[in-house]
Amino acid sequence: MRCDECGKKKATVHLTELVDGQISELHLCEECAKEKSVQMEQQFGLADLLAGLSDFTKTSAAVNSETQTKVESCANCGMTYADFKKHGRLGCSECYSHFRGKLTSLLKKIHGANNHSGKAPKVLAAPVESAQPVSSDADALKKQLQQAVLCEDYERAAELRDRIRAMEQGG
Amino acid sequence: MLRNCAIAFALWNREGKADMELKDLISHTGEWLKGSGPSSGTVMSTRVRLARNFAQTPFPNRASKKQRQDILESVEKAITKIEYFKDSTVFRMNDLDDVDKEFLVERHLMSHEHAATSEGKAVIVSAEEVLSVMVNEEDHLRIQVMHSGLNLFEAWKIISTIDDRLSEELNFAFSPVWGYLTSCPTNTGTAMRGSVMLHLPALVMTKQINKVLTAISKLNFASRGFYGEGTQAIGNFYQISNQGSLGHSEEDILQNINGLIRQVIEQEEQARQALVVQNKPLLEDKIFRSLGILKNAYIMSSQEAVELLSMIRLGAELKILTNLDVQILNELMIMIQPAHLQKIDGNRLSPAARDIKRANLIRKKLGEVV
Repeated sequence: MRCDECGKKKATVHLTELVDGQISELHLCEECAKEKSVQMEQQFGLADLLAGLSDFTKTSAAVNSETQTKVESCANCGMTYADFKKHGRLGCSECYSHFRGKLTSLLKKIHGANNHSGKAPKVLAAPVESAQPVSSDADALKKQLQQAVLCEDYERAAELRDRIRAMEQGG
Repeated sequence: MLRNCAIAFALWNREGKADMELKDLISHTGEWLKGSGPSSGTVMSTRVRLARNFAQTPFPNRASKKQRQDILESVEKAITKIEYFKDSTVFRMNDLDDVDKEFLVERHLMSHEHAATSEGKAVIVSAEEVLSVMVNEEDHLRIQVMHSGLNLFEAWKIISTIDDRLSEELNFAFSPVWGYLTSCPTNTGTAMRGSVMLHLPALVMTKQINKVLTAISKLNFASRGFYGEGTQAIGNFYQISNQGSLGHSEEDILQNINGLIRQVIEQEEQARQALVVQNKPLLEDKIFRSLGILKNAYIMSSQEAVELLSMIRLGAELKILTNLDVQILNELMIMIQPAHLQKIDGNRLSPAARDIKRANLIRKKLGEVV
């Protein structure tokens, strides 16, 4: 297979991109791939792809939360979300509960689904904090809503808003 | 059983043992290369892999040397309690040189990435090479089961049983909402990938392959070459696997792959029939010329070898070549690779020297049967 960029050399780097549920493939030779991305090494593609997926369209509000997510780090392993965006790999199982808001929408984008429906271990490990809000208290939900807005996780924010509304109307 | 394992590990620590074990692998063929099983006329093998991690412990890329070594130790201890591992061998990356590692990659027992750095990394291989477990690759555990032919559900049964046993011994990271938690979020959920290795020469020859591959990627499946992730299709071999791992059960995912593979097989079979009907002499000419070159050449690159082997495989599958056992072709696909040639020879060989050894090996192997 020839490189999509120069059309001359053999393509050795293969990039699959998922944009709005559509898959597009890019096949590049080593040189063109290097030109396309200076940071490109082994992690090329995946890290870029994940970074692209986890970034929302920048709005003026994004600037503030950007600074916030950079300092935010996993209490268990010290991984920051910026690290994750760079390498495309999480640091430990606890990162999942720490970056819950952002990962909820990222996982949805990657898999088109958000809930596991397969098998479970025979013996459960000390459970990682549930990805769904455990508290039914409206105040706690409001705090989560605030956090979700800060993290630009609008999908989750909308979900929380509806739940709070339902709760307040019901009560 | 437990004692057997202890002995195996003790022997393993003696100098030279690692090499002896690797040499043992050369003289024997993995179950997945037997060339048998359902749809073996087009399907070479089936592979199912699961990623598993220890709860809380940093994933391998973030773990310290000590943490990786501790993980390996816990895994080694756990497998002594599991019947399925009783005849398995632990290959620690620290004990292996570059050629040894490449040898294991060529046998599809571990990935290229696993060979890159060593500390705390190992691969556990069962006697028939049905099961292999990479420890401290991208995830703490990468468990794989390989089978010959189209055998996704059988492979799943085996791997799920092994996974159940491991989960009784080890603390796996799991969330009731997101399933198994993995280093890369593309694997979260079932953390399962099912792949099937297909031989599709007729779809390539009739120029329909790109259409098929495009359809496959639109359906959210991935296709790769014979030698795994990041490799190009070679010798008309395509490995097709699922992409998503969250939201569907393992059985549903495998059912989907199975359905897709059956359609691809049907397309390939129709294309083969079309080739036979339209121009059988041309097909026979291609097949017998390939056989002629393989049986007579003195210098051969791996690229050329794999392409010619694909043609005579098609000949065997269409019964144009009788007396040719597909298992021999599968063995050759593995043995003509650089590290295998060097392990068989016992010396480091330059690429030019390997081309000569490769041609020798093929002449000898095929001379015995056709």
